[in-house]
Amino acid sequence: MATYSTNEFRGGLKVMLDGDPASILENEFVKPGKGQAFNRVKFRNLRTGKVIERTFKSGESIEAADVHETQMQYLYNDGEFWHFMDPESFEQVAAEAGVVGDAAKWLKEQDMCQITLYNGEPLIVEPPNFVELRITETDPGVRGDTAQGGTKPATLETGAVVKVPLFIEEGEVLRVDTRTGEYQGRVKG
Amino acid sequence: MASAREWGPTADLATLRRRARLLAGIRAFFARRDVLEVETPTLSAAATPDPHVPGLRLDHPQNGARHLHTSPEFPMKRLLAAGLGSIYQLGRAYRADEAGRHHNPEFTLLEWYREGWGYHRLMGEVGELVTEALAGVGRSVTVTRITYREAFRLHAGIDPFREGAAQLEACARDHGIRLGAVSMARDDWLDLLMAEVVSAGFVADGLTLVHDYPASQAALARIRPGPPAVAERFEAYWGKLELANGFQELTDADEQARRFRAEQAEREALGHEPVPVDHRFLAALEAGMPESAGVALGVDRLLMAMLDCQDIREVLAFPVDRA
Repeated sequence: MATYSTNEFRGGLKVMLDGDPASILENEFVKPGKGQAFNRVKFRNLRTGKVIERTFKSGESIEAADVHETQMQYLYNDGEFWHFMDPESFEQVAAEAGVVGDAAKWLKEQDMCQITLYNGEPLIVEPPNFVELRITETDPGVRGDTAQGGTKPATLETGAVVKVPLFIEEGEVLRVDTRTGEYQGRVKG
Repeated sequence: MASAREWGPTADLATLRRRARLLAGIRAFFARRDVLEVETPTLSAAATPDPHVPGLRLDHPQNGARHLHTSPEFPMKRLLAAGLGSIYQLGRAYRADEAGRHHNPEFTLLEWYREGWGYHRLMGEVGELVTEALAGVGRSVTVTRITYREAFRLHAGIDPFREGAAQLEACARDHGIRLGAVSMARDDWLDLLMAEVVSAGFVADGLTLVHDYPASQAALARIRPGPPAVAERFEAYWGKLELANGFQELTDADEQARRFRAEQAEREALGHEPVPVDHRFLAALEAGMPESAGVALGVDRLLMAMLDCQDIREVLAFPVDRA
C-alpha cells in the first residue's frame, strides 16, 4: 500500500481520506518553535466534491489513492451507462449517471473528455472546455437585430439549453464554454 | 510568468533595503546597551537532541559528520561560562523539514543572553527591541504580558495545567479542528491549541509576551517549583505569528544532562536517529555558567510584522526553492 508522508504533501496529491479518494488543495505547515509540528490541510473529496480540513502531526503518513487523470473519447450512451475509450489502448470504461453528472449535457460522440479514474473506474467526467454543438430547436432568427443584445434560449443536440443572440437560427453550430455554459460564437459550417 | 523571472528575488527591492536597515538597527540597539556581538560555529560536532527541532547534517572530509546549528545556544552559553558577559549573535540558523508561509529551512536568527538578568526583565527588552523596529516603519506597538495559563483560559476557555488529553481534544474539536493524526500526546494537544486557537486570540497588531509554560514544555528553561511547577520560559507573538522564545536559562549541569537523555529517549521512541550530545556545553555548565536570561528572535518574521507580510518569501531575497 503506497503512502505519503506529510512532507510530501502538495497541491494536487491524491490520497485516501475517510475511505474516499481526495485531492489536496492547500497544505499549511504550522509549528511552534519548540513543539510538535503540524500540517493543516484542505482536501477536496473527489466523490462528493466537498472541501474538508484536517490537521496532521508532521511526519505522519496517509494512504495514497489510486487516482489518475486521462483523456478519453466519448463513444455512446446505452441508456444507463456512458462509454469512453482510451484512444491509444482502445480500452473502454463505463460511467454511470451519478459520475457523469452535469457533464452529460455537453457530451457529443467522438469528443475527448478528461476522465479521473479511481481504481480503474471512472470517478469524475469532465467535458472539453469548449464544445461545438448544433442547435436542434430555437425561435426563428430576428434579422438585423445584432446590436440590441437580446437573447433567447436554444436547445442543442446534446440536450443542453444555452442563451443565444436573437439572430441565431436553428441548425447552426455554436461554440460553447462548458465551464460557464455561455455561447461563444457561431462555427462556420 | 514567475518562471521567466526565477533568477530574481522574491522580496521587492524596498524590502531588501529595509532588511539591511533593520540589521543595522539591531546592531546599534545592542551597541548602545553594551551587549557584545559574537560569532560561533554554524558547523558543530554536536546537535540538539530535541526531536522537534530537526537539523541538517553534512560530511566534512577531515572532521567527519558536522551538524548545521539549529540555533547558536550551546556555544553562546560556553562563552557565558567563559565570562564574556552579555552577548548577542545575528546570523543564519538551519532547520530541516521546515517550509511554509512562516518557515524557510535557513533563516536569520537573533539570539541574545543577559548575564545576571531575570526573564521578566528580558521580556521587557524584547518589547523595546520590537517597538524600536516598528517605530522604524512609523508604527507604534502595544505590548501585552500574559501567563500561558491565563492565555489558555481567556482564548480557549480551558486550564492547560489541569485538563487531560481528552479535554484538550474536545476543546480543539469545539474550535473546528479535525485531526487526521493517529497519536497525540498531551503536549501535542497543547502545542496545537496554542498554534491554532490561543494565539488567534492575541491582539492582531501588537506584541503578546506569553510566559510561565507547563514544566513539560520547559525545553532549556529553569523550572520553578509549584504547585503547579512552571517553566520560566516565554514566547513573543506578533498577532498569532511566533517571533521569539526565551528562557530563564537552566544552569544546572546534571539537570541539563537529564533533559538531554530524556530527549534522546524521545527521539528513539519516535524512530529518529540519535545525535551526538554537546559534551563541551555540559562541561561548561559543570564549570559554572552565570545566571542568565536568553532569547532567540526570528528576524525574517520581525520584518514580516513590520511590513505586514503574510509570506516569508516576501522578505527573503531567495527562499529555498530559488537558492
